[in-house]
Amino acid sequence: MYVATKGGEQAIGAAHAWLAETRRGDAALPELSVAQIEEQLGLAVDRVMAEGSCHDRGLAALAVKQAKGDLIEAAFLLRAYRTTLPRFGATAPLDTGAMRIRRRISATYKDLPGGQVLGPTFDYTHRLLDFSLTAAGLPPEAASQAEPDTAPTPRVTELLAREGLMQREQPSEAEPGDLTREPLRFPADRAVRLQALARGDEGFLLGLGYSTQRGYGNAHPFVGEIRVGDVAVCFTPPELGFEIELGDIGVTECQMVNQFKGSRTEPPQFTRGYGLVFGHGERKAMAMALVDRGLRAAELGEEADAPAQQQEFVLYHCDNVEATGFVEHLKLPHYVDFQSDLENVRTMRESAMKAAAE
Amino acid sequence: MTSAAAKPSPPSGGRGLGEGGAQGAYAHDTGYNFAYLDESTKRMIRRAILKGVAIPGHQVPFGSREMPLPYGWGTGGIQVTASILGPSDVLKVIDQGADDTTNAVSIRAFFRRVAGVATTERTAEATVIQTRHRIPERQLTEGQILVYQVPMPEPLFRLEARVAETKRMHALADYGLMHVKLYEDIARHGHIATSYNYPVMVDGRYLMSPSPIPAFDNPKMDRMPALQLFGAGREKRIYAVPPYTAVRSLDFEDHPFRPIRAPHACALCGSRESYLDEVITDDRGGKIFVCSDTDYCTERQATKAAAE
Amino acid sequence: MDTRYPGFADPVLDAQASFRAVLEAMSRPGRVQAVVAPPELPPGLSPAAASVLLTLVDAATPLRLAAGTEVEAWVRFHCGCPFVCDGAAFVLDPGATLMELEAGTDEEPERGATLILEVAALEEAGGWRLRGPGIRDEHRLRVTGAPPGFVAEWARNHARFPCSVDVILCAGARIAALPRSLRIEES
Repeated sequence: MYVATKGGEQAIGAAHAWLAETRRGDAALPELSVAQIEEQLGLAVDRVMAEGSCHDRGLAALAVKQAKGDLIEAAFLLRAYRTTLPRFGATAPLDTGAMRIRRRISATYKDLPGGQVLGPTFDYTHRLLDFSLTAAGLPPEAASQAEPDTAPTPRVTELLAREGLMQREQPSEAEPGDLTREPLRFPADRAVRLQALARGDEGFLLGLGYSTQRGYGNAHPFVGEIRVGDVAVCFTPPELGFEIELGDIGVTECQMVNQFKGSRTEPPQFTRGYGLVFGHGERKAMAMALVDRGLRAAELGEEADAPAQQQEFVLYHCDNVEATGFVEHLKLPHYVDFQSDLENVRTMRESAMKAAAE
Repeated sequence: MTSAAAKPSPPSGGRGLGEGGAQGAYAHDTGYNFAYLDESTKRMIRRAILKGVAIPGHQVPFGSREMPLPYGWGTGGIQVTASILGPSDVLKVIDQGADDTTNAVSIRAFFRRVAGVATTERTAEATVIQTRHRIPERQLTEGQILVYQVPMPEPLFRLEARVAETKRMHALADYGLMHVKLYEDIARHGHIATSYNYPVMVDGRYLMSPSPIPAFDNPKMDRMPALQLFGAGREKRIYAVPPYTAVRSLDFEDHPFRPIRAPHACALCGSRESYLDEVITDDRGGKIFVCSDTDYCTERQATKAAAE
Repeated sequence: MDTRYPGFADPVLDAQASFRAVLEAMSRPGRVQAVVAPPELPPGLSPAAASVLLTLVDAATPLRLAAGTEVEAWVRFHCGCPFVCDGAAFVLDPGATLMELEAGTDEEPERGATLILEVAALEEAGGWRLRGPGIRDEHRLRVTGAPPGFVAEWARNHARFPCSVDVILCAGARIAALPRSLRIEES
């Protein structure tokens, strides 16, 4: 006699216990601390903050640990935590012009005020596995640093704009939309698009940004500037009525300079593709800037038929928490629908075979 | 924030655990607001639900929140349930018609933890039923609310992927594309080759996705005494069918809609009316058919046993 | 201006109970529901209207309000909503007429306003004949104190479907709802 399987609750409990066991791994080895992850896997932590849409390195490091290093899972953990937090209001726009710079490079000028600052970068490293890292040793010697330049570091795009060569963005005092509170509506304005991209999956945006370089979107980008460092976050609590500084956050900003042939209303000039992400995330900021520029095609009167130029396509698919949920939901039982399809296919086969026999 | 699971308080009477009857209310995890969502989120969702009820079949966009369960795993249904649920409700959660499927178990445990509500496996005892992919066989009543988990709320999405375009089609009630698609099915296969997520017209105005329930369940939606609410978390839409509202499966005069079920009797309760799951019993082609609605099947078996 | 009048005794569970009453009312037009109300209220506000405001209105929903300064102070404190004349999501103003309120668009009919209308009494017998979604055959609703010409205006409101305005009738601590899908006949 057939007896249906039961005991889902126990099975789930046991699976989660096993998960916890494998997370810890070999108990003979020392356990990773959250502080170690935060310090030594900093770029993973930064990526989780960016895609988790929550600037908190400690929590992001905890999420990385809990997720066993699965960074999308970690971003999901951070998002689910973020959504339980009360919302106090909107901060003043970040002034990245006043960033305390750790790294700053421009590809469009050989030298410029504020200088080229390489900072901690993989660029120009030779990608040879460094076997010395397999053995625990003394910490590396402190890197030699030039005297910090106290001169202001103007944005490259601003230098161009002063000459009238770079299209200026329209400043707005309005509070930008927030897609975590209001669903997307199309056409989405640029602030909402940038929010979606800033939270978006690095791999997805990288692929899309790359596609614009290969002819799917006709981009002519130059890295006007990438800057990495700390900026102050300022907020005016309604009960105080004046602005206070909440603290510093680490961000990466990329401004891509793109040629624009001009339109009926605008002379030829350069236009901006903009990328900003939490933490140190150059690849993501650059990909974001390419895609941001792609998404401006329609409003600049350019042809807009490449994937990276289509708002709905990009914004609905760049969120990895949404994407992973829906792709992975295919693991859930679907046997009821499948049964319908089984009956359906059997019926169709029967009539097809009958027709073939006649 | 606390992460310890709520300790169940003793069941508040009635049947004991494990018999499928109502499990008494649990103390809810006080680290979270009642039913997890904060009050302003609940208000936003409640407003969306009310507009959905006032415009039957119309998809109302809402500010879907990120839930601690993945998108695609019932976050829309969970948010709707969390926004309507009160301490006196009795909640039933089913997936594929069964209370003991893993995701149903997980969602039921979530609500026990964050809302402390009583849960049941008995359709008749429930005031709120959250479902994925099925409508219970037992006719639902005026005192009940059926909450569907919806993966893709847009019935036209396979024909037109752009949301802005489908919105325009709904505004104009321009559903020719769907009729053409169904007619092409008939031309090719002799019948409409859609067996689940079969599109319906609600109150003669809006084309609506019934969620991926088998077409077999579609007729149950028509003029159902219970309120039907639909939540799509990832796609951020809520829609509704008020009680006693006309829900018609799209068809043609010469090709009327026909619900499909496997032409067998349930191996456990003998039902020839219920929707059946096919269960493979060995690797030599052996198989049996059993009810997908586990509560319906259990009840029929108990009645049969009592009569013997 | 502050208010000395309280909100819900239990903000979470009272709002839930009231929402279910409103949901039931909207789902079964003409069926009269009792709501949970705050223990004490500013003059000029029925317990039902107070309950609906606390349950549904907040900073995200502009409100058109004409119910006196005490009520305004109470709403400002407990709901924190912006006050507007045009484009309100909720309206509590005896001078408002259905056809002048925000009705949404064909693409976004959900943007149609909800009118909270204070009336003298609601009874489930006699009076209007109601038909439409939520009603098996016919519901009867006797509304005492509806604005003159309301039924004729409702017909014009309903004719715009799916754009339109939804109404929550409030009498004492009882409500009945008129969703835009509803057809009303005077008997």
